[in-house]
This record gives sequence, C-alpha cells and structure tokens, in this order.
Amino acid sequence: MKAFTHWSLFFLLVPLIGTAIFVAAPAMNLWLPKDVSVMGGEIDHLFYLILWLTGVVFLLTQILLAFFVWFYDARRRTEPAIYSHGNHSLELFWTVIPAFILVFLGLYQIQAWANLTMRPPEDPALEVEVTGRQFEWRIRYPGPDGEFDTPDDLYHVNDLHVPVNREVVVYLKSEDVLHSFFLPNLRLKQDIVPGMTGRVWFRAKEVGEFDLVCAELCGWGHYKMKGRLTIQSQENFQQWLKTMANEQEAVQ
Amino acid sequence: MSSTVHSGHALPADSRRGLFGRAIDFLGTYVFSVDHKVIGIQFLFSTLLWFFVGGLLAMAIRWQLAWPWAEMPLVGPLLFPHTGGQISPEFYTVLFTMHGTVMVFLVIIPILAGAFGNYLIPLMIGAEDMAFPTLNMLSYWFMWPAFIAFTASMFFAGGPATGWTSYPPLSSVSNAAPGSGFAQTLWLLGLTFVGISSMLGSVNYMTTILQMRAPGMTMFRLPLTIWGMFITAILQAFALPVLTAAGFMQLSDRLIGTGFFIPEGLTVNGVSAGAGGGQPLLWQHLFWFYSHPAVYIMLLPAMGMVSDIMACFARKPIFGYKPMIFAIGGIAALGFIVWGHHMFVSGMNPMLGTTFMLSTIMIALPSAIKTFNWLGTLWGGRIHFTTPMLYSIGFLSMFIIGGLSGIFMAVTPVDRYIHDTYFIVAHFHYILFGGTAFAVFGGIYYWFPKMFGRMMNDFWGKVHFFLTFVFFNGTFFTMHILGAGGFPRRLADPYHYEIFAHMLPLNQLMTICAFGMFLAQIPFVLNFFLSIFLGPRAGRNPWHATTLEWSAPSPPGHGNYDFQPIIYRGPYEYSVPGREQDFYPQWIAPKPVAPKEST
Repeated sequence: MKAFTHWSLFFLLVPLIGTAIFVAAPAMNLWLPKDVSVMGGEIDHLFYLILWLTGVVFLLTQILLAFFVWFYDARRRTEPAIYSHGNHSLELFWTVIPAFILVFLGLYQIQAWANLTMRPPEDPALEVEVTGRQFEWRIRYPGPDGEFDTPDDLYHVNDLHVPVNREVVVYLKSEDVLHSFFLPNLRLKQDIVPGMTGRVWFRAKEVGEFDLVCAELCGWGHYKMKGRLTIQSQENFQQWLKTMANEQEAVQ
Repeated sequence: MSSTVHSGHALPADSRRGLFGRAIDFLGTYVFSVDHKVIGIQFLFSTLLWFFVGGLLAMAIRWQLAWPWAEMPLVGPLLFPHTGGQISPEFYTVLFTMHGTVMVFLVIIPILAGAFGNYLIPLMIGAEDMAFPTLNMLSYWFMWPAFIAFTASMFFAGGPATGWTSYPPLSSVSNAAPGSGFAQTLWLLGLTFVGISSMLGSVNYMTTILQMRAPGMTMFRLPLTIWGMFITAILQAFALPVLTAAGFMQLSDRLIGTGFFIPEGLTVNGVSAGAGGGQPLLWQHLFWFYSHPAVYIMLLPAMGMVSDIMACFARKPIFGYKPMIFAIGGIAALGFIVWGHHMFVSGMNPMLGTTFMLSTIMIALPSAIKTFNWLGTLWGGRIHFTTPMLYSIGFLSMFIIGGLSGIFMAVTPVDRYIHDTYFIVAHFHYILFGGTAFAVFGGIYYWFPKMFGRMMNDFWGKVHFFLTFVFFNGTFFTMHILGAGGFPRRLADPYHYEIFAHMLPLNQLMTICAFGMFLAQIPFVLNFFLSIFLGPRAGRNPWHATTLEWSAPSPPGHGNYDFQPIIYRGPYEYSVPGREQDFYPQWIAPKPVAPKEST
C-alpha cells in the first residue's frame, strides 16, 4: 500500500464514523427500547451521562491520535524526534483528572443502585412468584387471600400480568439451572439461582405488552424461553385475575 | 545433541548418522526441544492453527445470527446431514462455547505467554535460555492433552454446551443439556491441562526474569514487553490455582457425587441431581477470580509489545516508562479485586456489588494513564508507517474504545440493563481482538525477522491491516448499538422476540463484515509462510531498534548470543541528541572500547 499515504485520515474515520453511528442509530429505531418503568429513568440517565463522558474522551483522544499520526509523519517532518522520557506534571495531570471523574461517577451512581436493589419495596405491593425451568416461565399469584401456598393460588405460564402504577414484587425461583429474568422495557435483569429465592420489584407506568427474555444460558432451548409481560390497568388486571380463578375452579 | 546420546540406546554415536539417527536428531532439535526459541515457535504455530479453528467457529455463529436456521451453503450438508444442513440449536450452543474456549485458552493466553513470552524473554534480558528448559518443553507438551480433550469433546461427545464460563448446575448435572454429559467432563480435563501448561510457564518466566538477566540489565532497564510478561506470570501463578481447584470441584460434582455447586434437592429434567447442599454462585466466584485476572493475562503482554513497537517506529523513548510499569502493576493488583463485576446481577448481595463497582471503576485509571502515555510517545516522534506500527496505532485506537465501553458495565445500575447483551460482546472483542489480536499481529510482523531471519512483505502486511481494521470495526462497532437495544448474547434465534426482530438486517451487515475479516487473513497466511522461505534476509537489526534481542543473529542459534551481552542503558534510547544514528542500543558500550557492534 505504498500509494496509500494518508493513514491519519484513515484513523480519523474511527471517531467520525463512530460518532455518526451513535447519532444515526436512535433515528433508525436501533436504540434503548421504550422505558415503561418508574425506576428505568435513573438507569437511562446514567447511561446517557456515561455516553457523554466517554463520547467526549473518545473524540478527543481519537482526533489527537489522528493528528499526531499526520503531524509527526516521518515523510512530512524534517525535524528529529523529540528526545523526551516523559513529563512528571503531565503524568500527574492525566492521573488526577480522570481519577476525579471516575470517583465522581462511582459515587454518583451509588444512590441509583441502592434505589434499585436495596430500598425495600413499598407496601402494600402485589406479590407474584416466577419460576424458571427449561424452557418456560411458570407464574403464580397468591390469589384472593394474598397468601402463597394456599388452595386459591393462581397459576399461569409464560405470560406475566401486572397492574400499572402499582409496586410489584417478583419472587424468582428456578427449578433446574440458572436463568435470568430480563425485562428490557423495564431495564430490569436478575439472574435466578436454583436453591435461592431472588426478589426484584418494579412499578410500571404504562399499559402494554412487552417481552420477557431469558438472559442467562439455560441449555439448548435457551433462545426460545420466551415470555410476555402484560401491563394492564388496575380494573383489567382484577378482571383477568377473576377470569383466571373461574377457569381454574372449573378445571378442579 | 549430547542429550540424545544418553537416550538408552546401546548404539554408538556414529551409527546415528543413518536415517534413524537423523530422525532422532530432528526430533530432539525441532520437536522435543528444550530451546526456548523452538518452543516459542511451536506455540506460535499451534496457536495460529487454533486461531483459524476459532475463527471458523465464529463464522458459523455469525451465519446463524444473520440467516437463522438457513441451510449453510457448501459445508452445511456435509457437517449437519441430519438437519438438512442447518445449524441445530444444540450445535449453536456448542459453537459459542468452543469459540470462547478456543480463543481464550488455546489462542490468546498461549500465544502471548507461550509464543512471545518464550521466544522473547531470554533474548530480551540477555539469557541463554529459560531457567528451567525441561519444564518449558513440558509447558508446550501439556497443551497437547488439552488440544485432544477439547477436540474430542467437540467432535466425539456431542460438544460442551454450557458456554466457556461453564456455569453450574447446567454444567455439573449431566442431564441438564445434551452436551453436559461426557463432553463436559472432557472439557474440564482440557481446562486442567491448559492450566498445568500455564503454571509451568509462569514459574519459569518469573524465575528467568528475576535471576537470569545479563550484567547491567536492572529491572528498570527491562523493555515493557518483559514487564508485561513478568506481571502476567505473577497473575497466573496466584490466580490460576483457584480455577484449577474449581475445575476439580466441578469434576468431582460430576463424577463422584459431591455437591459443591449443586443446591439441595435439585431435580433436572425429572432426575435428582444428587446430594446437593452446594451453591452455584460459588463456581462463579471461583471462576472469575481467575478469569478476570485472565483478562489482564490476555492484555498486559500485548500492551508491553505495543509499547516496544511504538517507541521503535516513532523513533522516540517511550513516554513515561516508569508510570507505564506502575500502571501495569496497578492493573494487576486491582485485577484481583474486581471479579465481582461479572456478577452484579447474579444474585450476589447488592452491597458487594457496590464494592466491586468502585474497584472496577478505579481500574480504568491505570488504563487511562497508559493510553495517554502512548499518545505522548507519538507526540514529537518521527513516525514510520510499517505494518507493525500500523497495528500498534490500531491497537491504541481500538483499546480506547474497549476501555471506554467498559465503564458502562462497571456502573452497576447500567449493567443491570446491558449485562449479557451484545454491549459486553462488543466490549470484550474490542479488548481481545482490537486490542490483543492487533498487538499479536503487530508483534508477528515485528519479530518475524528475528524468528526466521527474513522479512515479511510490508505491502501485503498493510493490505492485511487495512482490511482487518475496516472489517473488524464493521463487525463489532455496531454491536454496541445492538447492546443498547438489549439484544442478548448466546441466543440461537433472538428474532422471535418482538423487541429484537427489527435488528436482523444490522446483524446481516455484521456477518458480511465478519466474513470479510476472515477472508482478510488470507494475505497474512500467505505472507507468513512465503516469507519464511522467500523473504529478503533481515540481518540482526532490521528495524534499527534498541532492545537486546536485536543484537543476536537472526535467527539466533542455540545459546542466543555470540558475545557476552552487557547492558549500558534503558531500553528506549531513540533519537539521543548528539548521536549520529537515531538509536542507541542497550548493548553498545558508551566508550568505543571494542564492543561487538552489529549492523
């Protein structure tokens, strides 16, 4: 490639095309899916914050790299290379500044993590149990009495119905291997470990139907362990529970 | 060849000059050799072969993701006659399991430590050979049981199907998946042998670097390649036993009915999994306690190699030599306490997640320091665009992307969303391919003249770089976008989810780029093999470099040096003012008192 002398332009394409892709993707509907949860906004906010921080660093360093590649090209430049072993102040500068930014980022996001995983769910909440098994989601509601392990428990498969605007606590169990309970539209993911009962909670703010994805390899049929999340208005949800109860009684 | 005389044969030495004797000589010199250079080249050829195998597996994965369940053209009917030439979901899990296994355990770790480490450590520090040559030979030959076990596991036992991470209970209960039976046992055996090989190597590297440096070669005159290798060897020696122990625990869960990783009362597919009483998360902790430091085992030597190449072709001392070393040390030390960031959503206590988040965020700092020092090295240089230099600059550009995307995963709330999506796939391919593999290519073009005494073709090297760089980014950059969309990894057919269905065209584009990247390796393979025989003769120091390996003949004979190397200065004395030449090698005496100056 003797004819190709513009390696600086070549390396400059990295920040240019890279940025273009990130700008174009949302316009092409290839981006964060719609967030329908109350807490997902915090995650998206952090995502965008990091995207801006890293985006600026990405552009600055890549453009600087391309500039150096052009400016210090031995074919272009006649001066000898600068005999330098480094610079103490510069080292301090580019240690302290990133350290400051990183520590800020670390501390800044602790609250969101605490809100997501450590803050206890609001009471009263709707409780539901989701059990993963190869390759389906078994769903159990406590029924009218509000208690699990009673005869009026309601069972369903692969379709999790929850009411909108109400705290929902999901108890996660596995019958066999690891699974992961992933609701992209609620920015929620939690692995399910056999032998342990996991607990996650969320509050949906919009009605609609969304995907429930298994995100931890659970065997050959992992790809088809697909569930649905149906977020309903309070009335429709109660209606659905009643229908379920009637159906189940009819079977018994 | 005196060692073969004592091989127990009653034959006098003369009679070995027949065909049989030559065969023994050949075996002793090129096959069961204890010479570090031969062992290094053996590692290089073996790992490059496996690189090809791992690449083929990746192509099959990409095929399935772009045209799910479509009949694979040409090879499909041969490979999968029972499914009419399409990849079955069972085989898809085998594909990504073996792709990860091969690339991590049979390519990247052994090509850095085994090939480059073996070849370069004695040459760069001024030693005749390794401290323990026989151990060194064994470290290569222990790879063969691993090769055989992994191959057998894939082709004769249905294939391991639990990912390269081998998470139990899927991996420890034999009826949990089609490949969780004998194939998984073989896979664990392979892992054990790889571990033994790495351990033998790391003991050797540490001892050699500490004990066998030439006079004048102080620790702070070592090239950064050697520093990378040294810290890597320490990481391996301290982290690897944990993985080996964990592997044995999983083996005993599978074979003799223990329950380290199997919870109580577990039934899989209607069959009881055994006594139980264990904890699946324990495996994840033990696995990542090694496998996170392993990320640095797969990166630090590459960082060192890039530093050497960059200083040479910028004709400039490396910017901030000691900060670079401290950064390597910092990455290694922090590397031991960040493993939990693989487990933020695993069910581990979220409080612990916060601890691992902070340590993980801080490990970005030494990486940033290194990046700025490489940029500082380019600043004020006289850059020569040889193929190794292009790969090094490419490494820097790609490492910036891979480093920055890591921050997303380090932040726990964001990880809760992007964990196990293509965002992480993008991230680690930017580190391991855009980073390490680019450094490996650069290293091959750079040290090839020393290894084989001939130059590789620079034009075709640049073609190789250009195409690989373009297609690599075409394949992996867009994976960030997929990941932002929540696209999960390890799914044979993600498109039946409503939310991912529209991502198929983008995946097809990525697959086409991946095929392009695979084909772009053809010029490299041809260049490599033809140059061994046809390349122009290199001479001792074709790049006008300063580090010690360039003082030896190309290729160096047994014992490496035809003079006693004495080290007078640091490794990167380029463009020293007042010197006629723009390089001042480590082995040239300051006063003109009869040193053996080489060309």
